Amino acid sequence: MNKRIQRLGMVIALLFSAVFVQLNNIQIRQAEALDNDPRNYRAITRAFNRPRGQIVTRDGVIIAKTDPSDGQISWQRSYPQGELYAHVTGYFSLNFGASGLEQSYNDQLVGSQRDATDLADYFADRTVVNNLTTTIDSAIQEVARAALVDATGATQRGSVVAIDPRTGALLAMYSNPTYDPNPLASHDDKIVRSAKTGLDTDPNKPTLARSYQETYAPGSTMKVVTASAAYERAPELTTKTYPVTSSITLPGTGGRQLGNFGGSSCGGKIDDLMRVSCNTGFAQMGLDMGADALVGEANDYGFDQSMPIDLPRAAQSDFPSVDELNANPPFLALSAIGQGNVRATPLQMCLVAASVANSGRIMTPYLREEIRNNNGAIVQSAVPSPWRDATSAATAGNIRELMIDVVNSGTARRVAIPGVQVAAKTGTAETGVKDRDNAWLIAFAPAEAPTVAIAVFVEQAGSDEGGSGFTGGRTAAPIAKQVLQVALERQRIQDQRNAQLVANNTTTSPNP
Amino acid sequence: MISAEQQAATSRRAELGLVIGVSVVTVAAYVTASLGRDEVIPPNLLGFLAIVVGLNIAAHLGVRRFAPLATPVLLPSVLLLNGIGYVVIARLNTELAGLQATWTAVGIAGFVAVLWLVRRARDLERFRYTLGFAGIGLLILPMVPGVGVTINGARLWIRIGGVSFQPGEVAKVCLAIFIASYLVEKRELLGRATRQVGRVHVPDLRHFGPLILMCAVSLATLLIQRDLGSSVLLISMFIVSLWVATGRTIYVVGGALVGVAGVAIASTQLPYVRNRLETWVDPWSSASTGGYQLTQAQFSMGSGGLFGEGLGRGTPWRVPYAYNDFIFAAIGEELGLLGTTAVVVAFCLFGATALSVALRARDPFEQLLATALATVVTFQAFIIMAGVIRLMPLTGIALPFVAYGGSSLLTNYVIVALLLRISHDSTARNFRLREANEREVIKRLDAEATA
Repeated sequence: MNKRIQRLGMVIALLFSAVFVQLNNIQIRQAEALDNDPRNYRAITRAFNRPRGQIVTRDGVIIAKTDPSDGQISWQRSYPQGELYAHVTGYFSLNFGASGLEQSYNDQLVGSQRDATDLADYFADRTVVNNLTTTIDSAIQEVARAALVDATGATQRGSVVAIDPRTGALLAMYSNPTYDPNPLASHDDKIVRSAKTGLDTDPNKPTLARSYQETYAPGSTMKVVTASAAYERAPELTTKTYPVTSSITLPGTGGRQLGNFGGSSCGGKIDDLMRVSCNTGFAQMGLDMGADALVGEANDYGFDQSMPIDLPRAAQSDFPSVDELNANPPFLALSAIGQGNVRATPLQMCLVAASVANSGRIMTPYLREEIRNNNGAIVQSAVPSPWRDATSAATAGNIRELMIDVVNSGTARRVAIPGVQVAAKTGTAETGVKDRDNAWLIAFAPAEAPTVAIAVFVEQAGSDEGGSGFTGGRTAAPIAKQVLQVALERQRIQDQRNAQLVANNTTTSPNP
Repeated sequence: MISAEQQAATSRRAELGLVIGVSVVTVAAYVTASLGRDEVIPPNLLGFLAIVVGLNIAAHLGVRRFAPLATPVLLPSVLLLNGIGYVVIARLNTELAGLQATWTAVGIAGFVAVLWLVRRARDLERFRYTLGFAGIGLLILPMVPGVGVTINGARLWIRIGGVSFQPGEVAKVCLAIFIASYLVEKRELLGRATRQVGRVHVPDLRHFGPLILMCAVSLATLLIQRDLGSSVLLISMFIVSLWVATGRTIYVVGGALVGVAGVAIASTQLPYVRNRLETWVDPWSSASTGGYQLTQAQFSMGSGGLFGEGLGRGTPWRVPYAYNDFIFAAIGEELGLLGTTAVVVAFCLFGATALSVALRARDPFEQLLATALATVVTFQAFIIMAGVIRLMPLTGIALPFVAYGGSSLLTNYVIVALLLRISHDSTARNFRLREANEREVIKRLDAEATA
């Protein structure tokens, strides 16, 4: 019997050894795979159980913060500015993950545990939190929202994007419709789900950031690119005089006509065409230069390139390919005036203005000014970098003169600001549905040394009663003017502050 | 040569040291868990310290008084398991922690009471049929209308005056005593092959009668009550005891075959058995339904890694029933591989010590009883640990001493008391034999001297 009891002991030892081996398998070998399994929502719970960094505007307004909370989840995320910054910050939800800056800077925002250096540390709070400062200026963002409210008090559907053309820093990015991200960050499962279902089923798609996630026909604002193509790739066209006419026959269509806005007649040299936004002239110019030149220039300006912004799911702007346009010449004419199959995000059109403002160079757009930890140390900070060279400095200079003319004596007179020279281009894009045009305006100022580039996009709500005229010049220009006025002042203050900082650093430098 | 008194003093001093060490570990873990979870020193720390030290010392004093020659390792190893379990339960649910503390006190009271009442293990042999029928009766009790209650689809509990109790746990001890005493009486007959079927010699089935009846009734009862864990445990104890008593491998092979056949039949007839097998083989395809608990347990243990998230710092409540059936996963998450290994080692230590008690016992009944009791505790631990980590199909059963559950705690403390009783008796007998031998030698020397 003793022998068998000993054997039983061996069997038990064997069983427990098997347990030990399997424990190693689960807790060491598979640990990482288990941690990364999408069905494992421990990671997001962990993120919710730590303080999360704030997101603030460059002027210090808190747009996302975390406060201690009672209950099983110890921190509550909130967005004090409600819907104003929803398309910038995005949301941070226990059930639905994150979007916007919350998603792209999750790794930095999520708190981490500093390693303990001595015994006392084990009982101290070693949580390190990183706070994100954005490039957004709260005053510009707020005026963008206010400017989209029309004279009758109705909020218009549209987007405003403002950028510092010298760096690529986004100063404002607002679009309507928008949403309040607070309910999505709730800890109450019911509130979160009903909020999410409401947003997902809303036909207005409020979670869609129209400023950078949706594309539209850019209309006449595209003529900036067409003109740029002429200066760069077909200079003979810049001195050509186009006939004054109210319409041209589109080639290969058996006589279909392309007319000017409102049936008016126009023509002349490139500056005349630009000033009045002459469709017939620019369409003919597109046909004259050919698909290679136009497509090449559009690609240089960022069309058909993925948008390198630090936000998730940014849409790419589309321009038809050379083959497509060669096979279908009418579309070459339409593409030259921003119609046909040309599609652009408001952000992309803002970058077109910014590249002209910045001597032809597009700076990479960004929202992260800097990330500091809660001890004040800088973790990451913005280093402006060029995205692409859209055109030469000489061409940019020529286009700038054309755009100044548009403001001083052309379609964009309503964006003119006393004492500051603004350069701009309007656009009224047809959507194929009557009374559903889209109004555009791209601009930069001050024209001689630009500190702000802007794109304003407004969707027409319905029938144009009274014939007041829904156009880029009438609808978008006043909005752009309001935003530009504030933005120019804020940029002036910011530049002064930066200069002061540089001066201070130089005087306190140990090596004078 | 040391005397029995000296031996008792040495053993008890060692035990006291270990008991104090275990108490310190328990209190330290309790403070750590509170710091980890709420970042505060627990406000009731002194009271907790007094209760832990008080209960542990009370158990030690019980052994000192009633079984002073018993092995010093057994009690501290189970107090450690009990302590770790309590800390994890308290960290998950303070209300259950209060109940568990009460049950620990009841368990230790039962432990001392058994040491006091059962003065000789062999006395239990006389009550074998009483205990056998009591065991069966306890198993059936939850099915009696009015007393039985169904919790989570299994009708294993009785409720009297607001207190629910799982009588099947106590039945394990009764049946272990019955099987041990029955086998001691019949093992000669059972070991001898008196019949030949084909080329295989098999023992006369007549001698199996009461044993098979007892086991069949228990198993049937447990299966009706959906208590798969206890069924597997009882059949394992039965086969192991039979094999240890008779030395005939055919019982193991036959038992294993019957067991596999039983599972195969059960899986076709009982949907809940098939379900368990399916989620064992592949819990991932039903990760949000049937396999939820198992997959969450894998995530939980995986997140623990080598060192664990730290007591109070994980999210073990994500695993359903983390405080009883899945407490092993909670330990894995917060204490890591080191914590789970510590638990496994504690059970190894318990098994080795219990089996060495069996080896040192001189009386066959004591040997078999100690073996059966060692088997009950270690196999129960294995069944649930292996179930949680998917080494075998999951069958819900409490992790002895660790998981929440009053009846389980009480029963397991009774088992430790019986093992210590056997341990003390065999050591005491050895001392008596030696003294008798010495007297004999002295007498003979005296006789030689006078001659």
